[in-house]
Amino acid sequence: MNSAKDQARDDAHWKKTTNLMLIHLGIWLFVGYIIHMFVNYLNFIKIPILGFPLGFYMAAQGSLIVFVVMLFIFARQQDKIDREFGVAEDD
Amino acid sequence: MATTTQTDSASAFYKQLGRMYGTYTGGFIGFVVLLAILEYVGVPNRVIGYLFVFFTLAVYAIIGVMTRTAQVSEYYVAGRRVPAFYNGMATGADWMSAASFIGMAGTLFLFGYDGIAWVLGWTGGFVLVSILIGPYLRKFGAYTVPDFMSYRFGGNFARFLAVIVLVAASFTYVTAQIYGTGIIASRFLGMPFEIAVFVGLVGILLCAMLGGMRAVTWTQIAQYIVLIIAYLTPIVILSTRHYGFPIPELTYGTAIAEITARETQMVKDGLAVLCTAASCPAGALKPHIQPFFNYSPLNFFGIIFCMMVGTASLPHILMRYFTTPSVREARQSVAWSLFFIFLLYFSAPAYAAFSKLELYTNIIGRDVSQIRPWMFTWGELGLIQICGKNAASLEAVVAACKAIAGHPGVLRLQDFVINTDVIVLSTPEIAGLPYVISGLVAAGGLAAALSTADGLLLAIANALSHDIYYKMLSPNAPTIRRLTVARVLLFVVAVAAAATASTRPTDIIAMVGWAFSLAMAGNFPTLVMGIWWKRATTAGAISGMIAGFGIALFYLVVSRYFPGFGVKYAGMTSLLNPVNDLPLVDIAKAMALPNAMESFPTLAHPMANKVGWFNLNNINVGLLGMPLGFAVIYVVSLLGKEPSKEMQAFVDEIRKPRGRTVLQEKD
Repeated sequence: MNSAKDQARDDAHWKKTTNLMLIHLGIWLFVGYIIHMFVNYLNFIKIPILGFPLGFYMAAQGSLIVFVVMLFIFARQQDKIDREFGVAEDD
Repeated sequence: MATTTQTDSASAFYKQLGRMYGTYTGGFIGFVVLLAILEYVGVPNRVIGYLFVFFTLAVYAIIGVMTRTAQVSEYYVAGRRVPAFYNGMATGADWMSAASFIGMAGTLFLFGYDGIAWVLGWTGGFVLVSILIGPYLRKFGAYTVPDFMSYRFGGNFARFLAVIVLVAASFTYVTAQIYGTGIIASRFLGMPFEIAVFVGLVGILLCAMLGGMRAVTWTQIAQYIVLIIAYLTPIVILSTRHYGFPIPELTYGTAIAEITARETQMVKDGLAVLCTAASCPAGALKPHIQPFFNYSPLNFFGIIFCMMVGTASLPHILMRYFTTPSVREARQSVAWSLFFIFLLYFSAPAYAAFSKLELYTNIIGRDVSQIRPWMFTWGELGLIQICGKNAASLEAVVAACKAIAGHPGVLRLQDFVINTDVIVLSTPEIAGLPYVISGLVAAGGLAAALSTADGLLLAIANALSHDIYYKMLSPNAPTIRRLTVARVLLFVVAVAAAATASTRPTDIIAMVGWAFSLAMAGNFPTLVMGIWWKRATTAGAISGMIAGFGIALFYLVVSRYFPGFGVKYAGMTSLLNPVNDLPLVDIAKAMALPNAMESFPTLAHPMANKVGWFNLNNINVGLLGMPLGFAVIYVVSLLGKEPSKEMQAFVDEIRKPRGRTVLQEKD
């Protein structure tokens, strides 16, 4: 059984994990949906040199790049939290 | 000390893998070059096609046989030692199906911006996998997704429900993959479709049967390498040729600008009719970059949401993350998966743009007697139609267009219909590339279909052998018998799927999209609440699964197979046309027809797939099922007693990566 101290540590770990989850879900919601609701306005902006209308570009590439990058960052951040509370696996 | 040796052996293993797959990639490129030389010296195309297909199938089969295993944990989770990077590649192949490889660029070609809903939907879901579900299931230590449901939610009833959701979501999906292998093999090898399906089946069985997850993992990596090389090669060549720069994902911006300019010009020249709210006849021009011509905003965002959440609920994807050595690597592995998937998905719009530009500049506006001959091979198969007739030969095209009153003699946009599957498959021909590139694309499509089929089959067969047979029927079965049962079931499911596919079931193919909504409604709320809410109870989870999955299944089946019943008794109304918000069907008129109440009507039935609630396409029914599932779990859980201390401690345990897996299966 967990001691009270362990329980407090677990709770703090979980609280931080939950916050991280909410932040990333927020980004996901923004780049996955909200930004595309303004596609018609964003299309007025042309990306220099490449020539993409911005609204189209965000859906076809921009959001995807954000998803990939945020997943690598998330893996790192969550690992940092796990280490901080001593619940990470051994290397 | 023990840890250092472990790390050392892990890194040695990693190095060895790098050497192996590096050699393999080099060997494959060498093989393509060799075939190119053979083509140059005059070996017929047909032989080259056969060499491509059989050589790649043979390699997959060799990997499959070499990695056979007699250990349960190897069979079900590849011994949990697949490094994050390689598991990412395997997941990429597992994920990208025949539809992604062949169909997606075509959808983008046809739908323009609206088609991007699929690109977004099939990538963003991995964010949910990593943040909400995957790593926790890895810590739990399950062999299958139903394992988790059963442990967390009071035993075999929850397990059984999870198996139903799994089979419902996976079986139509695997049938579509086998159908895809049949299509590709028959087009490129010229063998009858029904035989081609069984060639695909043999390929699948050789990979998966002896080695289970272990064999499927190592073949999927090999298949990923083939499919990504095959997908990127033609457009890299095209991009270099047109824009002098080998990164098509950057250069197609120019193509898009040219498409937009050309669209205006075509309308001005009377070569196309612009689709407007007032009038949008069949074949009218829908501007490439403008949104919401094909899907209403609700359905556009609905597709994105359902595909994303569906991704995070599909068992054949979740189980890939059971195979990593640690929870940490499970998270990294999701990131690598999405990276490898991204490589294909962010290239698909480039395919679409290059093909569309080619169509608009070199095909539309051309004199009908000057049509380029590459079209006739596809026209013969009924995949390209000009002036309402299959474009089988020049004479046929000229005659068909002459028959249209007032036809100007040059090809107009509304005269031209192309099947979306043709876009990727015909790009090498359109661009006048050597046949070896076409063969490469065929091999890539085959790899995409086979790898997804392997993963799905394994998910279904494992649920039947591990969950139904071992956990529910015969918990004392010895290892040998468990593995035998697993293999026999795999064989039976594969044959059943191939037999279904060989009947060319158009409905099954269309139903693949359903899999996402079904998995999402049945699995997502239960998985998320099981991990993130300790208070979720058995009664809550079970009622939530039944309610969410039930409503999704009801909506799909009624709107497709019993539309008259849906209108009369379930309050369904016609869906609306996204261009002008008018009903797609006149319901009063359709209900007065003698076949209005017909059950299981064909797709030609005026109301099939065209009725529903809230103007929601049935593919998006997850939008109803998932929230209902969450709500029911929440309410029913609060009505009952809080889960036991042990169960709450268990939830705490899976939230911490450190320590042994919760479930310890005996080998």
